[in-house]
Amino acid sequence: MSKLSQSRRDFLVKSGIIGGGLMISFRIPAAGRMGKMTAPAGTPYFAPNAFLRIDPDNSINMVLTHVEMGQGIWTTLPMLMAEELDADWKDIKVTHSPAGNPWNHTIFGIQITGGSSSTWSEFDRYREAGATARMMLVQAASAKMGVPVDSCSTSNGYVLSGDKKISYGEIAPEAALLPKPEKVTLRPSSQWKYIGKGVKRLDAPAKVNGTALFGMDIRDEDLLTAMVVHAPVVGGKVKSFDDSKALMVPGVKQVVKIPTGVAVLATNYWAAKQGQKALSVQWIDGAGVALHTPTQTAKYKKLAATDGLPAAKKGNAVAGLAKAKRVIEAEYTFPYLAHAAMEPLNCTVKITGDACEIWTGTQLPGIDQQAAAKVLGFKPEQVKVNTVFLGGGFGRRATMQSDFVTEAVNIAKASGKYIKMVWSREDDLKAGYYRPFMIHKLKAGVDAKGFPVAWRHNIAGQSIMMGTPFEGGMKGGIDEASVEGVHNSPYIKELPDHFVGLHNTKEVVPVLWYRSVGHTHTGYVMETIIDELATAAKMDPVEYRRELLRHEPRHLAALNLVAEKSGWGKAAAEGRFRGVAVHEAFGSYVAQVVEISLVGNLPKIHKVWCAVDCGLAVNPDGVRAQMESGIIFGLAMALYGEISFDKGRVQQNNFYDYKILRMHESPEIEVFIADSNEKMGGAGECAVPQAAPALANAMFAATGKRIYQLPIIKTIPDKV
Amino acid sequence: MEQTTSRGLKLPLTIALVVCTMGMAAASAILMKTSPAKSEVEETQTPEDEIHQSVMAAMQREGLDVKDSLASVAAFAKVYKVLMSPRCMNCHPSGDIPLQGDKNQLHSMAVKRGKDGKGVYAAKCTNCHQPSNSAGKHTPPGSPTWHLPPADMKMVFQGKTPGQLAIQLLNPDENGHKTKEQLIEHVSSDKLVLWGWNPGEGRTLPPLSHKEFATAFKTWIETGAYAPGK
Amino acid sequence: MITLKINQKNYSVDAPPDMPLLWVLRDLLGLTGTKFGCGVAQCGACTVHLNGDAVRSCVTLLGRAVGQDIVTVEGLSPDSSHPLQKAWLEFDVPQCGYCQSGQLMSAAVLLKENPHPTDQDIDDAMSGNICRCGTYPRIRKAIHRAAEIQRTGVSPVMASSSSDTNNTIGHE
Repeated sequence: MSKLSQSRRDFLVKSGIIGGGLMISFRIPAAGRMGKMTAPAGTPYFAPNAFLRIDPDNSINMVLTHVEMGQGIWTTLPMLMAEELDADWKDIKVTHSPAGNPWNHTIFGIQITGGSSSTWSEFDRYREAGATARMMLVQAASAKMGVPVDSCSTSNGYVLSGDKKISYGEIAPEAALLPKPEKVTLRPSSQWKYIGKGVKRLDAPAKVNGTALFGMDIRDEDLLTAMVVHAPVVGGKVKSFDDSKALMVPGVKQVVKIPTGVAVLATNYWAAKQGQKALSVQWIDGAGVALHTPTQTAKYKKLAATDGLPAAKKGNAVAGLAKAKRVIEAEYTFPYLAHAAMEPLNCTVKITGDACEIWTGTQLPGIDQQAAAKVLGFKPEQVKVNTVFLGGGFGRRATMQSDFVTEAVNIAKASGKYIKMVWSREDDLKAGYYRPFMIHKLKAGVDAKGFPVAWRHNIAGQSIMMGTPFEGGMKGGIDEASVEGVHNSPYIKELPDHFVGLHNTKEVVPVLWYRSVGHTHTGYVMETIIDELATAAKMDPVEYRRELLRHEPRHLAALNLVAEKSGWGKAAAEGRFRGVAVHEAFGSYVAQVVEISLVGNLPKIHKVWCAVDCGLAVNPDGVRAQMESGIIFGLAMALYGEISFDKGRVQQNNFYDYKILRMHESPEIEVFIADSNEKMGGAGECAVPQAAPALANAMFAATGKRIYQLPIIKTIPDKV
Repeated sequence: MEQTTSRGLKLPLTIALVVCTMGMAAASAILMKTSPAKSEVEETQTPEDEIHQSVMAAMQREGLDVKDSLASVAAFAKVYKVLMSPRCMNCHPSGDIPLQGDKNQLHSMAVKRGKDGKGVYAAKCTNCHQPSNSAGKHTPPGSPTWHLPPADMKMVFQGKTPGQLAIQLLNPDENGHKTKEQLIEHVSSDKLVLWGWNPGEGRTLPPLSHKEFATAFKTWIETGAYAPGK
Repeated sequence: MITLKINQKNYSVDAPPDMPLLWVLRDLLGLTGTKFGCGVAQCGACTVHLNGDAVRSCVTLLGRAVGQDIVTVEGLSPDSSHPLQKAWLEFDVPQCGYCQSGQLMSAAVLLKENPHPTDQDIDDAMSGNICRCGTYPRIRKAIHRAAEIQRTGVSPVMASSSSDTNNTIGHE
């Protein structure tokens, strides 16, 4: 069953539940502000489902099942609904949904924004929500105007019949009384006005004048800022603390111990920060103190030299390699990575009697609601979660453990105060949840022409899914998030003799999905080793890939498009060098060409060409923006990204030693979207995996040296 | 030795030699009758330094010429060590991007000198660098006049040999139109120079104390401002 | 009490002179458009104008700002009509949007001091502002566009000729 039809079925199930009365009960906070209703209580409005409410003032309130963290879903989901609703675009107001089952993911079954799935998973549900509403509005209007339903049409928020017209707002109270239609018909693509066309971001106006509300911006009377002193050694626990100096800081009101450290509560951030510095805490370091990056590297390399749990297996890899004309070996090292979203983690919590209200930017409002309830001994419905704009997510605001929400609720509970917990940048980088540290070791056997015939590949690293509710999805001990992109690689899966193995390692370090997850390392390994095999075969890297991908039309389409647009094959300008990579992630196929020159030993990245086949691009400029975003994210990871440990202590502190690409390092980027009727994929993550290997392949073209360890900056001597 | 150390000077060699010889002779004579002046900066003084300083002090009291290429070049060697230390050199880069840290890395963000040495557009020095050091490690250091030398007077230290740097420092066309007296004044009391000895948490100090540095600089000038040969 | 002049209005605050301006703006005065990203002048999210310069308010102490002209993103224009704001909307620059206040305030100084910025000028002016979403290519385009709007006064929608914007639903 395709994902789309599954989502459609899910919609029908869900709308049955929603029809039972939830439509009246949910509140929509006005423009994300706290507690205010858009319309006074008792005002009749039309809410045919959990995703839409039309008010008598013609405002079209669309409720998002997915949260806005930069990826543009605040615009794309409204496009889907507007396509069927015929509302006036300027009347559309958007809000995040509260926590609750009606807004669960159509496929994943929990309330989550992740996996580059928001657009395709809602493609049917949001259009049907719009179509249902429109049908009911037409019925109500035809009755009111005394004309047959068939004579009515809709346009820009009006139902029209002959020279009569009635606005959606005006007819909303009557439409609300109608039964929901059994079945709606969606418009054919030939009639689409929004989908596939350019639509401006609905959140942009608030994001250019400072009015967009992020979790960090929550303010209120009596709201105290809380900062936490976390264990310096990963996994450490508080032994004892002395708060006498902290309490002497003007503005500091209270110091409380919580399970994850000691919290300082103050009247503002600055006072809390001084209090955090003045607090003296003794720690029990625990097992984390043994964690040392070089030791870990050596240990994982040993492990990856042996076969792990089989993630993919065919024939006999060892025998296949023995028969191969030539065997090429490689070993790759990838560090832990911090997401480092621009908005440091924060969460506001107010506990009043038997109710708790939370304001935060989260990718998992439902899980957070349950976590908060658990801390407080409440039922989930006693906890209200207000999701505000996320100042970047990249996976960090989606911990199944609800780490930062739990911590904030613990502070509110322990202190009895209304608090906004804020992490400093240092806290944000040091307090955990990283892309896992990974080692790959592989042997690729090639035939006389230089094409692979056998492959043995082992991966060592911590599992992201283990210990979370997703662990149930692991089969045979295989966490897909560790092997995706290798065990199903188009270069490996058809080989007669191949083995892909996984060693799930255990560390105290908490790990998490990081934009494009496993593909951050698997894409790098596959696309640099294939480049190396192409060199060994004395073939052009694009030609070599074309041959291997001849049965993979979507890979090939992206590769050919980028080759054509970048003028691959023509000589690069003097002193310029190019690298290519093509990889599928989250159902989208992306190829990139990176062009560099060398300044000293360092690459200056001039330009990136990117081609993507994501199926239907609902919002093409949004897709382009995500390709640009993913590329720059991937390049920053390749050049600079590393979290390392010394005696269990994170060695990085802030943006001076955890570097992000800056304007002067950022290349020109050209994006080409393949005209595709294939199955829809995601856009938010699919352009991350190719940037690093394409850059490394360009570095090889320039220097003749392969890069087996990221970040690149670490492997370059004489760096500036 | 005088010949070697004087070679870098643009003065005719013979004149320099004559002046030096005379100076040393006269000084030695006076030294016999006077007890050495107590040095203010004892910790890194060599016996030779002490002799030179006391000699000069005595000569000045006698109104005699104090030119001494040996003493001058020795003093400049100290000055050079300080000027090439990160706290000084980082803002006297060879390019238009200042340096930072003890490894003299290019300043992150690729900030630029600008025409007046105060940065450009939204990346002016004092946008981040405050009138005093910001609190804590890895925060912007500060001083009221935080800047680089201007574009038309770059006063580059980075990559300069002692001889090259000494000549540049003495040349009003390259030193900000300063007389020798103004140079002494500058290194003795300029706030940005003094910042080098109060650089904020986590930054190494120059190899000499400011007093030693200023004294060495003064000695260098007063003993004839000789440039080392290399 | 200390009096601050922000966006041409006077504000009284009761705060120590060594409190960073950022926290005075955000926590005491409620001007939350200026963002906190790093606290050590690395990311530029907290950029405001102090006498026309793009200072990092996280390291600029209150004492330095007293009696000076302060402009925050809320005061960049009364109605999002600054050429940069118009160009930002035309190119849909923001993604998560958290860094954009700082980006705009930095770009505004660039544009004021150089009406014809080159790519190099943009690099020189904007490299102190980090964007984790990687909106740099669009920021670059939008600055060039804003310079054009500033010079010609032509509204972005009318001047638009790209094929994307033909199908675009505007913000108006």
